[in-house]
Amino acid sequence: MTASAMPLTRREHRQRRQRQRSRATFASVFGELLLTAGVLVMLFVAWQMWIGDIIISAQNNSAGQAVSDEWANQQPPEPPPVVDDGEGSTWYEPPVLEHPESGATFAQMHVPRFGSDYNVQVAGGTSRPVTLDNGWIGVYDQSVMPGQVGNFSVAGHRTTWGFPLNRIDKLKLDDAIVIETPEGWYTYRFRTLQYVTPDSVDVLLDVPQVPEVATGERYMTLTACSPLYSLAERIVGYSVFEGFQPRSEGPPASLDPVAEVASPSW
Amino acid sequence: MYAALWRILPGPWWLRLLIVLVAVAAVLYGLFFYVFPWVSLLITPDEVDLG
Repeated sequence: MTASAMPLTRREHRQRRQRQRSRATFASVFGELLLTAGVLVMLFVAWQMWIGDIIISAQNNSAGQAVSDEWANQQPPEPPPVVDDGEGSTWYEPPVLEHPESGATFAQMHVPRFGSDYNVQVAGGTSRPVTLDNGWIGVYDQSVMPGQVGNFSVAGHRTTWGFPLNRIDKLKLDDAIVIETPEGWYTYRFRTLQYVTPDSVDVLLDVPQVPEVATGERYMTLTACSPLYSLAERIVGYSVFEGFQPRSEGPPASLDPVAEVASPSW
Repeated sequence: MYAALWRILPGPWWLRLLIVLVAVAAVLYGLFFYVFPWVSLLITPDEVDLG
């Protein structure tokens, strides 16, 4: 093909295309609208199952980081009294927090296994619209507060709404779960997982699943849905209290990044 | 409908394609950050239950 023949050929093509061009009919516009609606629905499903959680969890982490930064810039409160057990070990008495109103945020939860940027707000109550659907962690009404004797029990979404507890099944023995407040950091250490039916509310007892037993121990219980995308069961993660670090001493070693960060399950 | 839209766009094909890609990106952003979160609030059942 010579260079001079090119423009003619192109014009011919264009003319042929213009002749073939059909006018939009009612049926063609309606059909294209239906196709568009189908694409929109599929996009929504992709957002609900996958893209939305990435966006919302990133937004929640940066919102949580803003709260942490604000607390870090405040004048650190007086550290609580030091307890001496008389046998050479001392620790800070964890400050007693007030049980929050439903939907009121009062703390940040850090889990290094979920990533060093993981920073989720903790609020009162387990109502979905008020607390959990914000992608927050919700404290059960019957729960004690962090660091206290008894069971600090919380709930969070495993899938959708920013999936704060998506990776609960990837916690390993001794993983740190740190609750940050303006006073400092309460560190819990992960122990074990359990799968229960949704009516097994006795996982929230002071001694989980052991009714009418008083305890001197300080537990934390995480609850979320299981299996993924289902309400059929609950996955429960138990942790034990390790200690409280006042803000004046800086962040505890339990917040150090872990080598193997768990990746989300879809 | 979409064919007519393509014809309305100015410029050579690559400019039209660029405009379409930018428009699609803008629409996706609006959907993912504003429309879908709002829709998901509307279709949430009012049960006090985890998901």
